[in-house]
Amino acid sequence: MVDIPLDHVAGIPPAEVGEVELYHPRSWWTRYVFSQDAKVIAVQYSITAMSIGMVALVLSWMMRLQLGFPGTFSFIDANQYLQFITMHGMIMVIYLLTALFLGGFGNYLIPLMVGARDMVFPYVNMLSYWVYLLAVLVLAATFFVPGGPTGAGWTLYPPQAILSGTPGQDWGIVFMLASLILFIIGFTMGGLNYVVTVLQARTRGMTLMRLPLTVWGIFTATVMALLAFPALFVASVMLLLDRLLGTSFFMPTLVEMGQLSKYGGGSPILFQHLFWFFGHPEVYIVALPAFGIISDLISTHARKNIFGYRMMVWAIVAIGALSFVVWAHHMYVSGMHPYFGFFFATTTLIIAIPTAIKVYNWVLTLWRGDIHLTVPMLFALGFIVTFVNGGLTGLFLGNVVVDVPLSDTMFVVAHFHMVMGIAPIMAVFGGIYHWYPKVTGRMLNDVLGKFHFWVTFIGAYAVFFPMHYLGLLGMPRRYHDIGETSFVPASAHDLNAFMSVAALIVGFAQLVFLFNLVWSLFKGKEAGGNPWGATSLEWQTPETPPGHGNWGKELPIVYRWAYDYSVPGAAKDFVPQNEPPSGAVAQGAHP
Amino acid sequence: MAETTLMQPKAAPGTIPGLRGIAADWASDQRAFKNVSWGKAMMWIFLLSDTFIFSCFLLSYMTARMSTTVPWPNPSEVFALNIGSKHIPLILIAIMTFVLISSSGTMAMAVNFGYRHDRVRTAALMLATAAFGATFVGMQAFEWTKLIMEGVRPWGNPWGAPQFGACFFMITGFHGTHVTIGVIFLIAIARKVLRGDFDRERRGFFTSRKGYYEIVEITGLYWHFVDLVWVFIFAFFYLW
Repeated sequence: MVDIPLDHVAGIPPAEVGEVELYHPRSWWTRYVFSQDAKVIAVQYSITAMSIGMVALVLSWMMRLQLGFPGTFSFIDANQYLQFITMHGMIMVIYLLTALFLGGFGNYLIPLMVGARDMVFPYVNMLSYWVYLLAVLVLAATFFVPGGPTGAGWTLYPPQAILSGTPGQDWGIVFMLASLILFIIGFTMGGLNYVVTVLQARTRGMTLMRLPLTVWGIFTATVMALLAFPALFVASVMLLLDRLLGTSFFMPTLVEMGQLSKYGGGSPILFQHLFWFFGHPEVYIVALPAFGIISDLISTHARKNIFGYRMMVWAIVAIGALSFVVWAHHMYVSGMHPYFGFFFATTTLIIAIPTAIKVYNWVLTLWRGDIHLTVPMLFALGFIVTFVNGGLTGLFLGNVVVDVPLSDTMFVVAHFHMVMGIAPIMAVFGGIYHWYPKVTGRMLNDVLGKFHFWVTFIGAYAVFFPMHYLGLLGMPRRYHDIGETSFVPASAHDLNAFMSVAALIVGFAQLVFLFNLVWSLFKGKEAGGNPWGATSLEWQTPETPPGHGNWGKELPIVYRWAYDYSVPGAAKDFVPQNEPPSGAVAQGAHP
Repeated sequence: MAETTLMQPKAAPGTIPGLRGIAADWASDQRAFKNVSWGKAMMWIFLLSDTFIFSCFLLSYMTARMSTTVPWPNPSEVFALNIGSKHIPLILIAIMTFVLISSSGTMAMAVNFGYRHDRVRTAALMLATAAFGATFVGMQAFEWTKLIMEGVRPWGNPWGAPQFGACFFMITGFHGTHVTIGVIFLIAIARKVLRGDFDRERRGFFTSRKGYYEIVEITGLYWHFVDLVWVFIFAFFYLW
């Protein structure tokens, strides 16, 4: 590695830290398996997350089959149904979305977008992936232990989570908690890397206010995760002690199977507080990276600078901070004091302000833009629509008086699937279609991509839009079979069947996507270095896919923000971040 | 302290004092915390995260203690020792606290000598710190043994609320684990210091990056943090 020359160019200060030597792999194993390169770790994270995500997808088909056609499928009984919802929720929220956004997108994009050669501590970064893989394997192992996985629901509320009667009481819950503890340890190692890389390892000229919003989203989400996961860690440790050692942190005195249980004096509400102190920030841990990615996709594919960049940054930071003081809006029916409910409803509704700023800015970025309806753009548009939809139902659930009757109904399920299921996954898909050319050097197939988008988008609405209506009817969530009830009309059952068919079709579309990923790797169109004409640094690497150390001999120098699209008077409709302003460099370098 | 390492660059010439300086640093390129190396930044952020873990543990303990309907055992009595013919409340805990706080002193001195590249004194002080830490853990083991002999279990105890034993073993156990990890790291780093790894900038474990004397300070940050956490455990668990 050559040291950066200490020249002063156009107000760019000299390099503050000399080049740090990279770890160079010496064998196939250290290059592709035990790799310390953030890009390889990112791909490992993504493949692992998507693999376990496929399991969760199949579980959702099972649930939909049961809900749509109750009694038809003999291989799904009530216990299994509970196990399916638990594993589906936990995998999708933590092992898929969190790992994919932070471990996958974060690892790949942070060093490239801030102009670093790698994460600051590559070895710790590698360790992070292997601990995550171990967590996933422990989680997957619960399907094979006696009694199967836990059926406590993804919130794992005690006392029922560890009492007999809940499926997976023997081993499933123990493995689940162990897996969560491992995940948090692994994530912490990676998360520290992401945060320090963004704060301390940016290239010359890359100020925080020139970062692409993707980095801002991932960075803020990682900080939040480092502060929110401790609560889940503590809750998991204590629940594990309750289950294994017979302590009573969360277990009140109660009668189990006709006998007084060995527990007594604990507080189940304490678990809810700890869980949701993690759980609510978790919503934004998966939403903020999505916000960032969508901002970049919209700006790039509408060929227009992002509207209100500074406001977008501050909105991300404000949402991140506010999300730590709203957790008890998940607990309005837990019997807490109404004044607390009032406080948490107020803070919850305040979040609508920065969120609305973001949505308006996305729409204003689109306004009179040169919108290219590429696949990433379609997914970005799909995200905005879905997110607004889910956000609006959030207003219902954020208010105490409306939330109480809607609690534990399908309305809640519809709300959080719209806002933190479909919307972030739209950002994941958009991001993959957008950055796949950089990762592999080949474009994803456009026709398959558009098919994937339309089926997923319309299908997801077909599944979750009617679900709001079922919730308003009072159909409860987590019920394996509604049976004959006076308040659920027969038409609701038909609606359930319709939603199940739609869910299966959406699931099929994801197989098309996976096929596209593999097929394009070999047969896709050659992408070149910058197929979308994007400005941010990752598209300016000397090689595609970027080589070890990302930047060849010299680190890039950043002269501008990441959103110089359609600048009046510029030769092209985009100006890369590392392109010097005219006159700053020796003449002739840039026409 | 004229000698600083490469990873510890001097302040930029145009550094602005006060709040404006902080704003200028955050608005600048490359680094938000000037003069802070990657390793040190990482340790600080880790400690912030760990603070949340201990806070959650302590808040959970306080919730359990306040909401239990059975009386909480009196810590002054439970943690009293009979020395000679005298019955002294909390004496062991007082000694443990004294030992741990003393270890913070030797650690701070080790950091100082580290930056002077005084290998022998640095290593000796780090080993002294480790010895204090090991003594602390040893006394904690004694305390655990004593309580277990008296019938305290995670699920119950002879004197009152069963959460007493649960919280005690969990919180002191988690803190003791931190101290033990610290002792292991202190010994490992002291060995490297003594061998002269940091004079030769030899590649270290965990990072495959070159090692500098700054690692002594980073280890020190962790150690002081563990001490600080003990002060809170002492105040909230034993003195309440």
